[in-house]
Amino acid sequence: MDTELLARIQFAFTIAFHYIYPPLSIGLGVILVIMEFNYIRTKNKMYERMTKFWVKIFALTFSIGVATGIVMEFEFGTNWAAYSRYVGDVFGSALAAEGIFAFFLESGFLAILLFGWNKVKPAMHFFSTIMVSLGSMLSAVWIVVANSWQQTPAGYHIVGEGLRARAEITDFWAMVFNPSSIDRLSHTLSGAWLAGSFLVMSVSAYYLLKKRHEEIAASSFKTGLGVALFASLFQLFTGHSSAAGVAVNQPAKLAAYEAHYDSSAAGDLYLFGWVDEQNRNVNFGIKVPGLLSYLVYGDFNTPLRGLNSFAKDEIPPVNFVFQTYHLMVAIGFGLIGLTLLGVFLLWRKKLFTAAWYLKLMVVAVLLPQMANQLGWFSAEVGRQPWIVYGLLRTSDGLSKSVEAGQILFSLVLFSIIYLLLFILFLFLLDQKIKHGPDGSDHIVSSDLTARA
Amino acid sequence: MDAGLTLNIIWFVLIGVLLAGYAVLDGFDLGVGAVHLFNKSNEHRRISLNAIGPVWDGNEVWLVTGGGALFAAFPVVYASVFSGFYTAFMLLLFVLIFRAVAIEFRSKRESHRWRRTWDVLFSCSSILISLIMGIAIGNVIQGLPVGADREIRISFLSLFNPYALLVGITTVALFMMHGSIYLVLKTEGELQQLVRSRVNNTVIFFVVSYVSTTMATLVYFPHMAQPFKDYPALFLVALLNMLAVANIPRELHRGKEFMAFLSSSASIAALMALFAIGIFPNFVISNIDPAYSLNIYNSASSQKTLGIMLRMAVIGIPFVLAYTISIYWVFRGKVKLDSMSY
Ligand code: HDD
Ligand code: HEM
Ligand code: HEM
Repeated sequence: MDTELLARIQFAFTIAFHYIYPPLSIGLGVILVIMEFNYIRTKNKMYERMTKFWVKIFALTFSIGVATGIVMEFEFGTNWAAYSRYVGDVFGSALAAEGIFAFFLESGFLAILLFGWNKVKPAMHFFSTIMVSLGSMLSAVWIVVANSWQQTPAGYHIVGEGLRARAEITDFWAMVFNPSSIDRLSHTLSGAWLAGSFLVMSVSAYYLLKKRHEEIAASSFKTGLGVALFASLFQLFTGHSSAAGVAVNQPAKLAAYEAHYDSSAAGDLYLFGWVDEQNRNVNFGIKVPGLLSYLVYGDFNTPLRGLNSFAKDEIPPVNFVFQTYHLMVAIGFGLIGLTLLGVFLLWRKKLFTAAWYLKLMVVAVLLPQMANQLGWFSAEVGRQPWIVYGLLRTSDGLSKSVEAGQILFSLVLFSIIYLLLFILFLFLLDQKIKHGPDGSDHIVSSDLTARA
Repeated sequence: MDAGLTLNIIWFVLIGVLLAGYAVLDGFDLGVGAVHLFNKSNEHRRISLNAIGPVWDGNEVWLVTGGGALFAAFPVVYASVFSGFYTAFMLLLFVLIFRAVAIEFRSKRESHRWRRTWDVLFSCSSILISLIMGIAIGNVIQGLPVGADREIRISFLSLFNPYALLVGITTVALFMMHGSIYLVLKTEGELQQLVRSRVNNTVIFFVVSYVSTTMATLVYFPHMAQPFKDYPALFLVALLNMLAVANIPRELHRGKEFMAFLSSSASIAALMALFAIGIFPNFVISNIDPAYSLNIYNSASSQKTLGIMLRMAVIGIPFVLAYTISIYWVFRGKVKLDSMSY
């Protein structure tokens, strides 16, 4: 296999794995703030036990997020050296801001959140919880800004020529608020809140079905449902606004999302379909004619720029992004449905007895995870063949001193360690859930009788 | 030199500070890991894990931020060094993750074999991390084959030359000493007695390997000493380093563990400073043609970016110091095991 393909697979694999955890931490972070606020407000011990329980789950997702994040921080340099030299002036500053403003904040206060229950006053503990949650959202801010800049570059100019050419900042705030940052940040954050709230609902539903820890489970479920109600609707709103932005800034990507080839025609919106890239049409599809044009321009008949107007080597893999994008959107509507159903059952006072719904919610935890991954796959593969949209091709961004064998070796290494990490995650999660809010994680019984 | 280019020097220093902060902080938890297997009983091992429990994760942030700052301020160095050391770096990342896994896994089952296995892995990965970092520094001191295209093409095996290995071993010894002193500080009773009895050996191990490294450097890489000849005032740093090292056994003898820990922290910082002074203004000296060396001028971001980042650093660093100090303050004192412990 060639170096470029291997480098892409390796990068995609490591980032996709990393991205299982941060959304959970960001989502759980917000929920912890709400729970601990309830405790501070009511002094009800139930809320304290509840917060402590979710803190343990949070600690787990957080620590794996950190371990896998360190890899990402260095991988731009290892895999994409030419790209790093090209964008360092712009991109590096966002990444450094993430370190200075976000990572120190979250990792510092995390120590108090986890180990400080008996060492600081409740108000200080609550403050630490807020800081950790804020820190996790700030890290999303800076990393998404960096990524959005490479999707829709702004606030820079190109200096130098050939191998020495690179982008330099001309306007810092224009770089930060590039055309897609706000849409993509709000969309990514609400995706993270969904991931966290569905995890909380899933575990709570499991307890309710097993009739264990029912008081805490019911209360946690309601908190999760509240967050999900807001987040799932906000997701639709920000997703729509992202798509409208893509239509303007990355027309080839939008056309690929809906497999729209003909520039003289209005854009149709497919519910599903299978793209035949050879013959440039969609098989087995069901579509709403003109709806894409309507969503973008507010009019069913306005023609939309299609893929036929782009050179062959400027088109992303169409069917792949079509499928990932449509699955994400389908899941998005599914999540809205599940959430509204939950609110309805709660209103009719049937929520905690409707076993079928609770069973559904136990497995629904996978849906936001899938949608998050699919969303990134469509946004990133849809950006191809560009590594910086319109400026630098992915094939020109590679590290020239790295050989295919080395990348393959690292891919094997990471597959092993990530498999181990994933097993560890599931094992510990399972253990924490089984022990529940009242158990300890560790086997304390004989711990103090020193056994080597 | 253009006055505007002082920003480049400031960033060289700031990155040095971040990496020195990393070496001082993660240094002690790596060191605790490196001497982990000398503790024989389960309780002792748990206490020593919990001595680093609340902080090891935060300590790694210094490395992450150092990496981010290098990317932003000197992207060419970031790109060339990390892609040039590709395989070594991937191994380092692998072991870093492995160590985190070992810490988390260890206390989750009661089985004797389970715990012993993870203890061994935790300790080996801590040693390996220190060794790889030292080897990287050793190679940077020697100079690397940076080409005209700014790429470093070097085979993985040639990184393991005798001088680099010597620097690697010195780093392991340094962290072992630093970690052992930290443990004396955080423990009490029987365990403290045991740890205390071992500290002197680690000090000796460090001093022997440090003296050998210094001699080898002066003989084979005299360029590292050139700045000291040009600016004799810099000898103060070397002097400070020696005083700090010499002060460690003295403070330990007097039972002032905290002062001993400060001294070993100061000696790590001074060693980093000596290294930085030796290579300045280069990051990587090219052994193909000195004109290809990556230095703070030809590898930097634009003045504008360096200026923006300096503003960020000025806003951010006071906060970072404030939380770091308050966290260490909250968790001061001897380790006690409770239900949230590892
Ligand atoms: C700040 C930058 C950044 C961020 C936040 C992300 N990515 Fe990305 N991604 C890149 C920066 C990048 C990149 C370095 O620019 C790559 C490497 C090659 C390329 O074209 O873009 C890339 C490629 C890339 C590819 C390969 C695309 C292809 O080769 O066709 C996939 C599948 C993903 N990414 C997936 C993700 C996921 C699941 C993310 C969720 C966290 C994510 N990316 C966040
Ligand atoms: C290529 C892109 C990315 C890089 C280079 C990266 C880098 C990192 C690093 C180095 C860490 C560990 C920091 C520490 O030691 O505390 C980390 C953790 C984290 N990252 Fe990423 N990251 C990337 C993508 C993302 C994305 C897309 C998000 C969110 C939208 C995100 C959110 C977080 C959060 C919240 C944490 C805290 C730990 C956790 O809960 O997982 N990261 N990341
Ligand atoms: C409800 C319908 C949804 C619509 C219309 C929608 C729309 C979009 C669009 C247009 C993009 C691409 C933005 C770009 O390329 O710059 C995107 C990306 C993404 N989507 Fe969605 N989405 C929806 C639901 C979801 C759901 C439910 C999740 C997760 C829970 C999700 C997570 C993501 C993520 C993580 C990305 C990548 C980051 C980004 O580019 O913003 N989306 N979405």
